[in-house]
Amino acid sequence: MSYFRAENLSLHFGGLKAVDAVSFAVEKGEILSIIGPNGAGKSSIFNLISRIYRPTSGRIFFEDQDITEQPPYDIAKLGIARTFQNIELFENATVLSNLLVGRHRHSTTQLWQELLFLPSVRANEKVHRRRVEQVIEFLDLEPYRDKLISGLPYGVRKVIELARALCSEPKLILLDEPSSGLNVEETGDMSFWIRDMRTELGITVLMVEHDMSLVNRVSDRVIALNYGRVLAMGSPAEVQQHPDVVAAYLGA
Amino acid sequence: MRFLFKTDYEDDIKLFPHSGYVVTYGVLLALLLIAPHVLSSYLMSQLVFVCIYAIVGVALLILTGFTGQASLGHAAFLAIGAYTAAYLQKYNVPFPVYFLAAGLLTGIIGAMVGFPALRLTGIYLVIATISFALIVEEILARWESVTHGNEGMRVKTLSLLGVAVPRDSPTFYYLCLAVLVLTIVGTLNLLRSPTGRAFVAIRDSETAARSMGVNVALYKVKSFAISAAITGFAGVLFAHKLSFISPEMFTLQLSIEFIIVILIGGTFSLHGAVLGAIFIVMIDPFLTYLKDDMPGIIAGIAATFGAGTATAGNIEAKVAAFASLNGLKGAIYGIIIVLFVLFEPLGLYGRWLKIKLFFQLFPLYKRATFKRQKIYVKSERNR
Repeated sequence: MSYFRAENLSLHFGGLKAVDAVSFAVEKGEILSIIGPNGAGKSSIFNLISRIYRPTSGRIFFEDQDITEQPPYDIAKLGIARTFQNIELFENATVLSNLLVGRHRHSTTQLWQELLFLPSVRANEKVHRRRVEQVIEFLDLEPYRDKLISGLPYGVRKVIELARALCSEPKLILLDEPSSGLNVEETGDMSFWIRDMRTELGITVLMVEHDMSLVNRVSDRVIALNYGRVLAMGSPAEVQQHPDVVAAYLGA
Repeated sequence: MRFLFKTDYEDDIKLFPHSGYVVTYGVLLALLLIAPHVLSSYLMSQLVFVCIYAIVGVALLILTGFTGQASLGHAAFLAIGAYTAAYLQKYNVPFPVYFLAAGLLTGIIGAMVGFPALRLTGIYLVIATISFALIVEEILARWESVTHGNEGMRVKTLSLLGVAVPRDSPTFYYLCLAVLVLTIVGTLNLLRSPTGRAFVAIRDSETAARSMGVNVALYKVKSFAISAAITGFAGVLFAHKLSFISPEMFTLQLSIEFIIVILIGGTFSLHGAVLGAIFIVMIDPFLTYLKDDMPGIIAGIAATFGAGTATAGNIEAKVAAFASLNGLKGAIYGIIIVLFVLFEPLGLYGRWLKIKLFFQLFPLYKRATFKRQKIYVKSERNR
């Protein structure tokens, strides 16, 4: 049984088949990339997994559990974190509180305890804070701790979003175009972090990416999509040489 | 300038970041405690209203400022708290019991308002809360067996542990102050724990909050319930302060006053609720002053500039007529809101922070420090 599995996943908007009977599996500890031209349905698959959209048909399994009908907030509780293509950070909050929201799935305290800020809440806060600090160190975010998001440049926001996802200590992380808007050097950093996430933190990575150099550097396997269908699946080199993929990108 | 060297995670959690805060707030508290011995009874009465408005301001900040759910229905929550107190008082229920009962009932009703509000955002939520307020106002006027309708209800003098606490006694002021301080401390506690952060997350991006494991619907309802409950507590104090309540006291105008409290004070910090409350309560004496003294003063100025007695009298009458115009208060409120939204969206507290920074950085302060910059346009697709 695979670690994560999508079976015949479909998403139709009226007559438009954004995702059309897509099946794939992700093994534990793998880095799997989804590539494809614009509008191929890559981000839609992510939005199906994180339950922003409800699939028209098909099922999603994670750790042998059917998560197709789980409410969206439970997806994070199961250990699936994600980032967004167009950064979705909490603009008017500090970096630190953004990252602490990432810890939300680990919070156990009740409302009345929080109102009184009982010692148990304080102790929990310190644990959250320590975990967040580990992520800050992992991603070199030390200079930004107390800064408001609204004043930070795009490249830093991208890393903070990754950090927020990591703060939830996920088992599977969905990265939606981690390198979009980053320069060459930042993309290089990103590729190291993605590999470190797997080797040091043991996180399985599923990512959507356009930058083929990044895909080649980090991916174990690649899935190519076009018009909501799987064109090819395999190692990065295999997929790039697949005639259908070449046709999709360059025109037949 | 002060530099904070943090050596412990505790430094990020504690309420007072450094000793300066302890001194400032200590002095403030001391001043507030000796206030009854110094200030006139009129100013003390105003101070009690400041406390009550500030409690509602904090409640509204939780809902509007931190969770991002606008409400024009808080007068209704205040009314429910006030009427619960007045009703239970008839059956000789002791103060602590009906105080808590009022908060609890208002909280439950707040949660019930929260449920239909889950699917509404922005202006539609405002309309829904206005409708709620109108419904409550109507119920108060019609449900005569409980509320005595438009005749209103008399609220007996507060009795705390067998001791009578008249509405203009220092003890009543201390009670209001204590409720305000407890509300502020509780809210600060909430804001530094997971629930408060979930509120802020919902305000800034519901999609991201959801994908981080925040049950958006649950937390919105929680926010409504907490905000309503706090307003219910304020309602009990309000009823005792006025000693008489009737439906026409809890109109849309009052809800708008509460919005002004946080809008003028500043929506991003609890300081805003207190500053806004001071502003809104003190605007009344100012308007009275305008009505009574301004005509004479302006006529005096005109006379010194050589206007004849007849002209000066004429001016005095005209100014007096203007100052006693019926809708003047509403018009002044409107102008104030517009001016603040245009020129100081961060409110009085934002202005205070700017002044503070100016002196801290002198002479290096630059105006652009607080300029909001938009670096990219956020996608609206996932909403």
